[in-house]
Amino acid sequence: MSTQDMTDNTNLVQGETGLWEVVIGMEVHAQVLSEAKLFSGSSTRFGAEPNQNVSLVDAAMPGMLPVINAECVRQAVKTGLGLKAEINLTSVFDRKNYFYADLPQGYQISQFKQPIVGEGSITISLKDGSTHEIGIERLHLEQDAGKSMHDQHPSKSYIDLNRSGVALMEIVSRPDLRSAEQAGAYIKKLRSILRYLGTCDGNMEEGSLRADVNVSVRRPGEELGTRTETKNLNSVRFITQAINYEVQRQIEIIEEGGTIDQETRLFDTSTGTTRTMRGKEDAHDYRYFPDPDLLPLVLSEEVVSEIEAALPELPDEIRARMTGEYGLSDYDAAVLTEEKETAAFYEAASAGRDRKLTANWMSVELFGALNKASLDLDSSPISPDQLGALVDLISDGTISGRIAKDVFADMFETGKAAADIIEEKGLKQVSDSGAIETLIDSVMQANEDKVAEYRGGKDKLFGFFVGQVMKQSGGQANPAMVNQILRQKLDG
Amino acid sequence: MSVDKSTVKKIAKLARIAVSDEETDTIASELNHILNWIEELNEVDTDGVAPLASVTGHNLPLRQDAVTDGDKVDQILANAPEQASGFFVVPKVVE
Repeated sequence: MSTQDMTDNTNLVQGETGLWEVVIGMEVHAQVLSEAKLFSGSSTRFGAEPNQNVSLVDAAMPGMLPVINAECVRQAVKTGLGLKAEINLTSVFDRKNYFYADLPQGYQISQFKQPIVGEGSITISLKDGSTHEIGIERLHLEQDAGKSMHDQHPSKSYIDLNRSGVALMEIVSRPDLRSAEQAGAYIKKLRSILRYLGTCDGNMEEGSLRADVNVSVRRPGEELGTRTETKNLNSVRFITQAINYEVQRQIEIIEEGGTIDQETRLFDTSTGTTRTMRGKEDAHDYRYFPDPDLLPLVLSEEVVSEIEAALPELPDEIRARMTGEYGLSDYDAAVLTEEKETAAFYEAASAGRDRKLTANWMSVELFGALNKASLDLDSSPISPDQLGALVDLISDGTISGRIAKDVFADMFETGKAAADIIEEKGLKQVSDSGAIETLIDSVMQANEDKVAEYRGGKDKLFGFFVGQVMKQSGGQANPAMVNQILRQKLDG
Repeated sequence: MSVDKSTVKKIAKLARIAVSDEETDTIASELNHILNWIEELNEVDTDGVAPLASVTGHNLPLRQDAVTDGDKVDQILANAPEQASGFFVVPKVVE
């Protein structure tokens, strides 16, 4: 069930005249991972020279005909299945007509009435531990436009058509989101699913994933308010800023007796505010009609089943396995599955050993150290095998957890194996009961007064003795054995 | 369904076609003829009949995902009224 029907008091926004509920829907444009464009054989590679990746089809030269790329179709189906959505075996391409300098055809080939993918859903998890199911209304395939540059010349725009005709998946959510935080969690989860599926690289900086947000406010439980659409947001931070700004702006207007215009707005990244797009009063009259150059796209059940059978494990499934089979906390499982690479690193590091201990070492020590050094996981100086080997040395009692932290720091610094560092520095844990007894005896001798106090009933001193023994051993005594032998000697 | 003068002007504007006032009446009348003619099709009972997209019986042909085209900047820009550094150059269209 969606959160749509429930008035969730935690997300209400306080205005001058009372509480407001925020309603958000998102349209995400995800660039399909493919070699060639949706309807032509030119490359999708990012960063090419201007107009290098352009064919006569992409430039809309007269007489050119579009021929659809089979891989883009497969990728859309795969994404649909990953969003637990229905796949429409027949879908139709339409022309969406508008004029803009970076749209040489004068129309975008899109899917209007019959998209390739129908209703699905995404489950998002928030910081407070709650989960929400967000409805997906549809996913359709369409062409990207070219790129306009306005800062090269005082009175001219420069047009590069390299992106023109690249396949996009437009993924439309239901208006089920109730806060900027939820919207942020939604785009992160969607990005994660796309990256696990390998259908979009999710690179928001390069524009491979960008979002339009529809925002409206209403009194809790009342009819939907008029919405505005803020276009082309390419980071989680901008999405959050744009929503928060729109919510405040709309509440202020309504509370002062005004009304919201249904309009398209632009986000200004330098100020974090939105503003009206000028001169677009006819912009929404797209006069869609079926593209006469393209027959309906018909898929067979077999093709869809084949794609379904080859689906990779998705973040929700991996998370369930981590909390169930491995016994990890929800939090650890969430952190370890957010990025595909993180999950792969963890699986490799923890295979065949203590899963929980490995998770701790990865999410606390490794992430902490990487963060401090401003490094990504893929440039980690410690490999999954090396981290795993360290965990083994803790598990089998060769070193204590405290010593392991020093070893870890050394590994991170030098890239050496844990076993070599322990050997070189003589850090091996003392698990020889004779040696530990000797240490304990000397500590007890040096602190006879405290021994007497302890035996007189001052139990709290036990920790003091443990500390002293560990200190004497340079941290290398096996703490469990120290506890056990100390207890015998003091109580005996 | 019928088309009046203001509809003709709106369609012309959306299509970026200049239509003079004198032409508007003629076009409205011609469009109405065409629409009336098409409306005769409404007499046919199509309940339960799927829309027909093509009479050829062909399915949409698919292309392999391979780079087979591009790298022809000179040809692409050959008809451009203005160009610079490999870009098309057009009057400023900034929002």
